[in-house]
Amino acid sequence: MNDIVSQDTLDKKLASVESITEGLGSIGYIASRRIATAIFVAENLSKPILVEGSAGVGKTELALSTAQWLGLPLIRMQCYEGLDESKALYEWKYGKQLLYTQILKDKMGDTLSDTKGLDEAMQRLHGFGDLFFSEQFLEPRPLLKALRQKHGAVLLIDEVDKSDEEFEAFLLEILSAFQVTIPEIGTIEASVPPLVFLTSNNMREMGDALKRRCLHLFIPLPDAKLEQRIVASRVPEIEERLRRQLVAFVQMLREEDLKKLPSISETIDWARVLLLLHADSLDADLVRDTLNVLLKFEQDIAAVERSVAELTRKAKQA
Amino acid sequence: MQQTLENFLRALRAMDVRVSPAEAIDAHCTVDSVGYSDRTLLKDSLCIALAKSEEEVERFDECFDIFFTRDEFRDREEEDESEGLSDAENEMLGEQPLAEMLLGGSETEMAQAMEQAANEAGVANIRFSTQRGLFTRRILDRMGLRDLERLIASLNRQEGDEAAADMAGRLEQGRGYLFEEVRQYIDRQFDLYARNAGEELREEFLAKTNLSSIERRDFDRMHRIVRRMAKKLATRYARRRKHTKRGVLDVRRTLRKSMPHGGIPFETVWKQTKIERPRIVVIVDVSQSVAAAARFLLLFLYSLHEVIATLRAFAFSSHLIEVSDILKERDVEEAIPEILEKIGFRSTDYGRALEDFEDLHMDALDRHTTVIILGDGRSNDTDPRMDLMRQIHDRAKSVIWLNPEPEPFWGTGDSEMHRYRTFCHVAKTCSTVQDLERVVDDVMKTYFRV
Repeated sequence: MNDIVSQDTLDKKLASVESITEGLGSIGYIASRRIATAIFVAENLSKPILVEGSAGVGKTELALSTAQWLGLPLIRMQCYEGLDESKALYEWKYGKQLLYTQILKDKMGDTLSDTKGLDEAMQRLHGFGDLFFSEQFLEPRPLLKALRQKHGAVLLIDEVDKSDEEFEAFLLEILSAFQVTIPEIGTIEASVPPLVFLTSNNMREMGDALKRRCLHLFIPLPDAKLEQRIVASRVPEIEERLRRQLVAFVQMLREEDLKKLPSISETIDWARVLLLLHADSLDADLVRDTLNVLLKFEQDIAAVERSVAELTRKAKQA
Repeated sequence: MQQTLENFLRALRAMDVRVSPAEAIDAHCTVDSVGYSDRTLLKDSLCIALAKSEEEVERFDECFDIFFTRDEFRDREEEDESEGLSDAENEMLGEQPLAEMLLGGSETEMAQAMEQAANEAGVANIRFSTQRGLFTRRILDRMGLRDLERLIASLNRQEGDEAAADMAGRLEQGRGYLFEEVRQYIDRQFDLYARNAGEELREEFLAKTNLSSIERRDFDRMHRIVRRMAKKLATRYARRRKHTKRGVLDVRRTLRKSMPHGGIPFETVWKQTKIERPRIVVIVDVSQSVAAAARFLLLFLYSLHEVIATLRAFAFSSHLIEVSDILKERDVEEAIPEILEKIGFRSTDYGRALEDFEDLHMDALDRHTTVIILGDGRSNDTDPRMDLMRQIHDRAKSVIWLNPEPEPFWGTGDSEMHRYRTFCHVAKTCSTVQDLERVVDDVMKTYFRV
């Protein structure tokens, strides 16, 4: 994956919406038109994409697939409450700095032994470069790493809604100018702006400043046709008849009044489970036994269990 | 095309999609790179650059569809089928482009002339439905209506000339058609640029209206307003849970952190205050006089659930019951009528209600809990049980009494408000949604002091 990708091939791959759709499709990510357009515009305007949508619709997967398809390194940063810049951007290598001061102390005597008076010693000291805060002692964290990739990268800032407000403010510099400022060193700019994805589950409303700097992509739950294609591409071993039935079943579940609607990842998991059980078509008992793959709440399962027979029958007709 | 995009952005703003100047620049850049030729591509890419939330995407789609199906963008394939004018007729019309257009021009030509006149008249500035007549007039004037009328009049004056009379008839018909077209056009523009302006005005008005005089048909709108206010508060307070007190060093933790570095304190740790989430107990009077206010207070608090740790709600008129469960299971809108049915509309008895509260929940009050009581304090001359009120006051972090009546009415008749007031940290009149917002904001502030 770390092969050097030339800018030309990248440009060619990202030349049009169609080529993006096709390219993502070739590695198993079925992108809707809006998704492909988002990547196209992001590349053209050099802007990050803020991806929203309920859990499991493929937000993170989009970034992973894009990186894989473009052959760019993926740098992922998982956000959580309390994440700060020393974990996201850079940290000083304290141990090394400490060693350095030790060496310095030892050498100092030798170097300065022949100087006369304090002034001259200070003069000589100024002559040495100040290494203490220099890039050699910098430990890059994900964000800095992404900026320093020579041939570009895909940067995934996952679940940015879980981070604190301060952190959001601190992201702004990176997102708008693709640069970071380290007080002791100066500003580090990206040689090639990375393709940035931010994902959010809408735990909290993101600030306007952040939203303004990003393109916004909302991924809805897919319709039956799209979902069938996704399942076909992710679980190719599954037979078409079963695939149609299970997608129809899931689509009907989404009409129900549930606490957590099953999303694409659940559908794919379910397809894998059914495959594992060597099922060739849905039946009520099978569905009842495997319902816990689709639904993650006790109440939801209880609510659906009553109507499983009915739903299965309808799904089989689909 | 620049103007078109500007107008579109304006229409978006009217539809409540916020477009900042920076985003407008983005939009222009986007259009530069995708062009106008592919409609879906244009729509998708503009949507991605401009709409910043799920609701905005919906509104964007709607706006895009209305905007780009206006006349000037309709396919211009149907070309002119009328046969043109004879020389004699041309002579009769003289130099009158509007008249020529009405008689011989194509619809496209008319539409174009209308668009142009509309742009000159600044139709994108339309805000109120009463302005429709004005803008219609302005557009017609710019298209040359006055000359046309003069022409018709002069043609009518030529008595006995049949050709002239015929021409006048045709022109009058054309004028009628033109009126109709322009009127429809203005209606569409009004939809595009001003539909939400009226709505905004209405909402602003409602926020200041007395809660008890809000009519049933406005409830939906009110719910929306309350939800939005609550959301604003929620986002403000949901953010900061931990607060660093810069300047106060946590010596113990700094020393511990310095261990790996041989005792050199590379990392300093500062003292932090943890901010607790509010615990709120609401007691609402649901008798007739206060029911409306109760409804919106409950809605408000329940919309804030993400920032409130625990919320218990009690409702009473003659006796008191806990309604937290009903409110949790159902939407507040549905739950309120059910609660009213259970206990509502009987004569109020504050003393009795406080007794019930003592049995149910008094033990759970502690110094972290805020008690909000909503009621008019009119107890129908029953024992107000001040002792229980004092107990609540002593146990809770604070007691807030909201009274829908204005202050001069407190203590008149059977109102015990002045006596209850002694045991409240805050007693306020609360008659509009704005009052509600202020009060809830104050409560939050006492928890999230930053």
